[in-house]
Amino acid sequence: MSNLLDLLVAGLATGAIYALVAVGFTLLWQTSQTINFAQGEFVMLPAFLMLATMHAGAPFWLAIIIGILLSMILLGLGFKMLLVDPMLRHGVLPLAIATMALAIGIKEAVKQFFSAEASPFPSIVPTNDISVFGHDISLQSLGVFVVAILVVVGLTALLNRTSLGHQMQAAAQNPTVARIIGVPVERMILLTFLINAVLVALASLLITPIYLAKFSSGEVLGQAAFIAAIVGGFNQVRGAIAGGLLIGVLDNLSAAYVSTQYRAAVPLIVLIVVILFRPQGLMGRSEERTV
Amino acid sequence: MSANARYLRLAAGLVAIAALMVIPMNFNRYGLFILSQWAVMTIAAMGLNLTLGYAGQVSLAQGAFVGVGAYASAILTTHGWPLPAALGVSILASFIVGWLLGYPALRVQHHYLAFVTLAFSTLAFLVFRNESWLTGGIYGISNIPRPHIFGFATNKPLPFYYLCLGSLGLVSLAVWWLIRSPWGRAFMALRENPLRAQSLGVDTRRYTLMAFAIGSALGGVAGGLYAPLTQYIDPVPFNLSLSLDLLMMVIVGGSGFFFGPFLGAMIAVLLPEWLRFTQGYYLMLYAIAVILLLIWSPTGILGILDRFLANRRTRVASALRAVAKSRLETVQ
Repeated sequence: MSNLLDLLVAGLATGAIYALVAVGFTLLWQTSQTINFAQGEFVMLPAFLMLATMHAGAPFWLAIIIGILLSMILLGLGFKMLLVDPMLRHGVLPLAIATMALAIGIKEAVKQFFSAEASPFPSIVPTNDISVFGHDISLQSLGVFVVAILVVVGLTALLNRTSLGHQMQAAAQNPTVARIIGVPVERMILLTFLINAVLVALASLLITPIYLAKFSSGEVLGQAAFIAAIVGGFNQVRGAIAGGLLIGVLDNLSAAYVSTQYRAAVPLIVLIVVILFRPQGLMGRSEERTV
Repeated sequence: MSANARYLRLAAGLVAIAALMVIPMNFNRYGLFILSQWAVMTIAAMGLNLTLGYAGQVSLAQGAFVGVGAYASAILTTHGWPLPAALGVSILASFIVGWLLGYPALRVQHHYLAFVTLAFSTLAFLVFRNESWLTGGIYGISNIPRPHIFGFATNKPLPFYYLCLGSLGLVSLAVWWLIRSPWGRAFMALRENPLRAQSLGVDTRRYTLMAFAIGSALGGVAGGLYAPLTQYIDPVPFNLSLSLDLLMMVIVGGSGFFFGPFLGAMIAVLLPEWLRFTQGYYLMLYAIAVILLLIWSPTGILGILDRFLANRRTRVASALRAVAKSRLETVQ
């Protein structure tokens, strides 16, 4: 029983991180039809940016700020202006392929300029265990979960409760009408790219202490977030959150109760079943062009 | 004029084939290995080009079919089967699995289909890695023998390269014939407008499944040759990145162009080798080159050529029109 509790807490923690990454993923899709195959690498990179800043002598808190800013410049602004904008009019597939190439490029750049070895990364939440009703619970998992959920709740509030959020949603749902009623669509799209960059930087900050900073760590993470986004609902932020938590818990439970060898298979099978029988995702609304 | 162009093209083709046969004769072992790999990957990319470029069905699982073919061929040849028979099983196995993977394509399209095939690709990798009773697990299968073809041993790199090249030739002829047959037209109808194809009496259901199955079977051929080429296989080469690489080859070369996969595979297999003098930077440069190419021409290299030819044709046509017009005016 205590084992199950541990697994649930750990699963919710990783799931919350998946949710962060998946939300960014769906935001990019909604506003600019970008399927970002480099999203996992986007999570891997900020940790290295922060590590590099720390190597240059900056304290951890400053490194975090600089890392997030650099991530906004490179993965937000740079990604949009240098890759998405010139490719967008060519359609979904060439852009998706270009992001695959980008993923290779980022991985190789980190390997070349930083290190091919895994580097440790300091945690922003305490790493010891606390005792709850006689059970030891990892404070790190709990802290990661709380921070990730706070970020997601904050983002949802921004999208649903503020005028800015409504403008972003309008720009995503119907750019033409949004433009007519005076929404600065271009700026809103740029804003979603910046938000995605912040989300991946935060996810990087939360997950890297657990799995270490390594150039190849984006592959697994990217795929998990990808599955989470689709299972939850590709066109809904709340779908991505639910999908992230579901995949995180499922992943941990299947490792314990199905088999460690096939733990990665369970989310994939869920993905296939969901796409075949409910392509709009568990919480998504249906889109005409999907089927 | 067109007859001339036809002979010119035929001659160019013959020169290319002769060059591919003669030039590698004094290549070293590694050079021949890379060229053989190019031939094998071209076969796999041709299969994907059929599924994606001609029939319009996005697949991120071609690498898994190369894996299916490679394992079938490795397991059977290490148990004493001759390669042609093992290759037959490779083709059959990947054909059947490809047919089954076609069923999701009947329900969902575009990026959703890409996700299903992506999941399948990773599942196949897990099976290769975990079913060690069959595939040797992470230790893989070693000592895969190279075949005797018509009594010729292909143990040495050069004869084996000729085997790969010959297979590439046979596959190219088969695909060339296929895309000019009514089947090829049906595939293209499926890509351009499935609804209209159906209303014209094309059995879209059957052709969708066939597009997947035939494309996958070519992946199986490539895998069946890959196993004796490397003589050792483990699950790692057949993970998702191979599928993504093959997709990149098709798009970079020019999806829906017959010669697209040849060029795409050349860039994916040979360009990193040529860039090796840059040491650790070569994959980075490769990635940047692919991105720049796609920004410039999303239809790939042959897309550039195609646009150039189309432009020239329109210019020639308008020049002729101008001449005809001025002649009419002088007559008046």
